[in-house]
Amino acid sequence: MKRLFPIFSILTAGLLVFAFYQAIWVAPTERTMGEVQRIFYYHVPSAWTAFLLFFINFLASLQFLANAKPSTQRAARWTVIAIGVLGAIAPYVPAVQSQLPAGLYPSSVATTALLIPAIYLLIGKFFSDQALDMLALTAAEVGVIFCSVVLVTGPIWARPVWGIWWTWDLRLTTTLVLWLIYVSYLVLRRFSDSAQTPKLAAVLAVFGALDIPLVYFSIWFFRTQHPQPVIGGGGSIDPRMMRVLLINWLAFSCLAALVCSARFRLEKLKRQVEEAQALESLLGSGESATQSKAQLPLSRGQQ
Amino acid sequence: MSIARPVVRTGGLVAENKEAMNPSLSQTARKEGAPSFWSLTWSTLAKDIRLEWRSKDALNAMIFFSLLVVVIFSFSFDPNAEESRAIAGGLIWVAFLFASIVALNQTWARELRNQVLDAYRVSPAPPTSLFLAKALGNFILVTVLEAVMAPLFIAFYNLRALGPAWQLIPVAVLATWALVVNGTFFAAMSLRTRSREIMLPLLLFPISIPAVQSMVEATRIILMGDGSARFDIVLLLTYDVVFTTASLGLFETVLHAE
Repeated sequence: MKRLFPIFSILTAGLLVFAFYQAIWVAPTERTMGEVQRIFYYHVPSAWTAFLLFFINFLASLQFLANAKPSTQRAARWTVIAIGVLGAIAPYVPAVQSQLPAGLYPSSVATTALLIPAIYLLIGKFFSDQALDMLALTAAEVGVIFCSVVLVTGPIWARPVWGIWWTWDLRLTTTLVLWLIYVSYLVLRRFSDSAQTPKLAAVLAVFGALDIPLVYFSIWFFRTQHPQPVIGGGGSIDPRMMRVLLINWLAFSCLAALVCSARFRLEKLKRQVEEAQALESLLGSGESATQSKAQLPLSRGQQ
Repeated sequence: MSIARPVVRTGGLVAENKEAMNPSLSQTARKEGAPSFWSLTWSTLAKDIRLEWRSKDALNAMIFFSLLVVVIFSFSFDPNAEESRAIAGGLIWVAFLFASIVALNQTWARELRNQVLDAYRVSPAPPTSLFLAKALGNFILVTVLEAVMAPLFIAFYNLRALGPAWQLIPVAVLATWALVVNGTFFAAMSLRTRSREIMLPLLLFPISIPAVQSMVEATRIILMGDGSARFDIVLLLTYDVVFTTASLGLFETVLHAE
């Protein structure tokens, strides 16, 4: 991992430069909005990345809570698999299909549904208890950053196009509330210093995830000013624009993964240092402390 | 935990620590004429109500606080009858939301003295009964506050409902429960954080946004006689059901987290 990091960083930097070039010079200028539309190549990929990270935070937190007991662990795993299977089959049932909003393809719903158990099981395979908590923290922190980018670039675009900076529209409000919930999650983590912070934070993450659909439906009745989603939303997009968007999304996802992995390692080291300090104070002062220092995992070995 | 091997008394049941550690033991204890779930809930609830009745600390603070909110809002906006009908829903619920923080903050803080909360932890009583008692206690407190403040609101803002006024009662019940169920839960969560008094609103307000949105919207619709509030009432009900279930399911984790 340590050796891969610089290679991955260089690759990501190159990809970001290429994506920037594509977005600014290669992509065609939009007919009505003009050049300002190019912010779309930053706004939308940031939003997708932020939502993906919050989703990972939720699944990691859920798994962290479920792993406390073997029975709940099993129950959670089968529930997630059942949700995935049901979600993959349901959109193809004619009765459900007719209920889908216009332009939302059954295949995209099914793919999203299948991603839930896929990510859940992948996380479970590679992360144990402590690592699950660190993953949740990392995903929330980086997610809040990307969500902030969305909330900043949105008004910059809206001012010339809509003539206003902000409107209490369905998507804008939901994104803002999502951001608020995850900021409160980070505040809880900062303010709580007991050893049980991971548990409390995981509980809050689950509450936040339960809240999001309710937020969405509570603003459902309001007029929706935000452009309908152009991908799978019935709108049409120039294939050249779509290509640039996907390149940007890939670059942003790589950047998010890079930042997450760096933050994850930092958190791991921080916990090791804290553990070492606690151990040191337990062992007491004098020769025992100096002796124990030599055995501490601070000597940067296997990280 | 600072106490060693306590003997816990919960509603007449004397249980040793090891029983609390072993749920199957406590289950057998329950079968042998131990108090039921509801009698445990009732004994905690009755204790809290008695404490509040004797001191009236929280209630007085809440009533005076929301009175101040009413007066200050009235000065800041100076609305006429038609305007006040449109904004009263928001004012009422914001005042109640802020005031209920007072009650919610002291819910669990009271139990920290003399390690009462530690005693709850080791007792074989189900944690859900404790949570339910606390939430119901807060519900009663906030309901009393609303009953006292509603006439004042009506008088100060010259309110008269143009829609079906009886619908305000289910809205009030559902909205109050929505505020206190999550409030009680997050108060327990913020118990172990630094500066917990400020922590509670920071956790509670973002999660409460959909509930506040629908309670304000429902009140506005009813006051202005502007269509049907059914959608908002259903949404409040959904919110209540979802978060009551989540709180009851996860409270044990939070109670034992230290």
